Amino acid sequence: MTLTPPATSKPQLPPGRLRRFLDSDMLFSFWRSPLVMFAALLAFVLVSSAFLAPILAPHDPYDLRSLNLMDSETPPRWDKAGDARFLLGTDDQGRDILSTILYGMRSSLLISLASVGFALVLGVSLGLIAGYRGGVVDTIIMRIADIQLTFPSILTALLVDGVAQTVLKGTRFGINHYLILVIAIGLSYWVQYARTVRSVTLVERNKDYVQAARLIGLSSRKIMFSHVLPNVLSPVLVLATINLALAIITEATLSFLGVGLPPSEPSLGTMIQIGNKFLLSGSYWMVAFPGLTLAALVLSVNLLGDWLRDKLDPRLR
Amino acid sequence: MLAYTIRRIFEALIVMVTVAALAFVLFRFVGDPVNQLVGQDATLAEREAVRKQLGLDDPVPIQFGRFIWKAAHLDFGTSYQVKQPVATVFAQRFPATFELAMTAALFATLFGIPMGVYTGIHRDSWLSKTFLTLSLAGISLPTFLIGILLIWIFSTVLHLLPSFGRGEVVDLGYWKTGFLTRDGWAHLILPSITLGLFQLTLITRLVRSQMLEVLRADYIKFARARGLSERAINFGHALKNTLIPVITVIGLQVGAIIAFALITEFVFQWPGMGLLFLQSVQNADIPVMSAYLFLVAFMFVAINFLVDLLYVVVDPRIRILGTSS
Repeated sequence: MTLTPPATSKPQLPPGRLRRFLDSDMLFSFWRSPLVMFAALLAFVLVSSAFLAPILAPHDPYDLRSLNLMDSETPPRWDKAGDARFLLGTDDQGRDILSTILYGMRSSLLISLASVGFALVLGVSLGLIAGYRGGVVDTIIMRIADIQLTFPSILTALLVDGVAQTVLKGTRFGINHYLILVIAIGLSYWVQYARTVRSVTLVERNKDYVQAARLIGLSSRKIMFSHVLPNVLSPVLVLATINLALAIITEATLSFLGVGLPPSEPSLGTMIQIGNKFLLSGSYWMVAFPGLTLAALVLSVNLLGDWLRDKLDPRLR
Repeated sequence: MLAYTIRRIFEALIVMVTVAALAFVLFRFVGDPVNQLVGQDATLAEREAVRKQLGLDDPVPIQFGRFIWKAAHLDFGTSYQVKQPVATVFAQRFPATFELAMTAALFATLFGIPMGVYTGIHRDSWLSKTFLTLSLAGISLPTFLIGILLIWIFSTVLHLLPSFGRGEVVDLGYWKTGFLTRDGWAHLILPSITLGLFQLTLITRLVRSQMLEVLRADYIKFARARGLSERAINFGHALKNTLIPVITVIGLQVGAIIAFALITEFVFQWPGMGLLFLQSVQNADIPVMSAYLFLVAFMFVAINFLVDLLYVVVDPRIRILGTSS
């Protein structure tokens, strides 16, 4: 016997992806919370203006020929001594603060995104392997993770970064500050991914679909990465968002401490470091605007991360 | 209990040996120790003599053993930058970091616990909400920005407090202290607030959530039924039981305070160990770097070990779990 649908209803198609997304609880809660919408808007404006820096910025802080020392330490435009060309004033080398912030935010975001990606790939792979294989491999990986967890991550990043710079100084490899920062920050944040992924993998491992995949003779690598991995992704995404804010802070801190990007490279941290020297003489704009940008960036990403966590993975709360 | 302790000691040893190996590799293979000691125009024979004298021609394992032996006796060689024994340099810098870290920890505890208790008891008052909103800002803002903000407000604009250094210190022989002068205290205020703010928010939130949990417990209801005063319930019954995790967290946070002291010391040009490490990175002063690595790792291992043991003493459940796994 076949079930015939009632004559009035049209044949039901499974709703498309877009439809499902538009009807989801997530989007509903998004439109209902002004704070989250504000954070998303702020993050969008900041990130897009950072990546459009070459188009948006009125000056090019990398172009040394365009700099004029006569323009140095100009206050913002609304100040009496301000200059119409420099909306937010200039720094000690005559670089336009607004342009330098845009370019600096771009390097900060690039480094943070890359280091979150690095930490994610490393942590997820190690977590999957530890959880799926178990035994000695699991013990070794998780012991290392436990030990690293006892050190604050900013200290790990700082030590890795400082040691790497010293080791590479004077060798034929030279110093690639971007790469060192990505590795240092990435290495200091992989543990959380590994722990989360491992705990989920331990549960997934015993489910029927994994047993079935094993029965038809798939390799462990295939099972781990194309069967188990998709099921552990949602807590990983939440972690990555929260981590992005931490990575931005870490990059800015390292650059501020003078062990991250060199002062010649525009970055929010180095701008604040330079500006800090002029703060006591009253040139507040060199610190205030990069500082505000950094705070806004971190706060908006944090708010989005908190919201994502509440929606996607209440366990992490 | 014994098995648990032995396992912890074993783990601590592995960490220390790993860090020692790292410090040794850095010390021995990055930059040539001989080059740093002899002059520009030293002959090859002289260099060879220094090399022999330092024992750099011995097999690497023997050198590593000697390195650990010396490190255990606090001998980390001579700083390239200031040409003094590293141990002496650290001994000069240690009091500054220690006093800063202790003041910050005290500040965080003395303000954090009352704020946590208050926000836990009066959940919906406007003051609680103000505290919690401020604590969110304290968590999101990077430490160095908070420091700069404080300097700007209290030094540049208001001219109330000094913005850098330790001020006037009193020399007590091995220990230079800032606690004995008015000027020293004035210099301590801004850095310790900067350093302690994160821990303050952490303790406030922890005490608050613990209070909320404990206040729902049956024995609190019973205490109410017995007609005890609110004061006796809140402080005599509730607060006492929230303190065990709080003490643990404060213990573990000592490590974090040492890590963040580095940032605070840089912002306020505080002459402590963190600033020394940052200067040594910039000058490639490898003996100082490897000694810092060693010391920080040792402090962390020691603190974690003590906190773990304390935990076992306080909470018998761990004793059972620790032996069965």
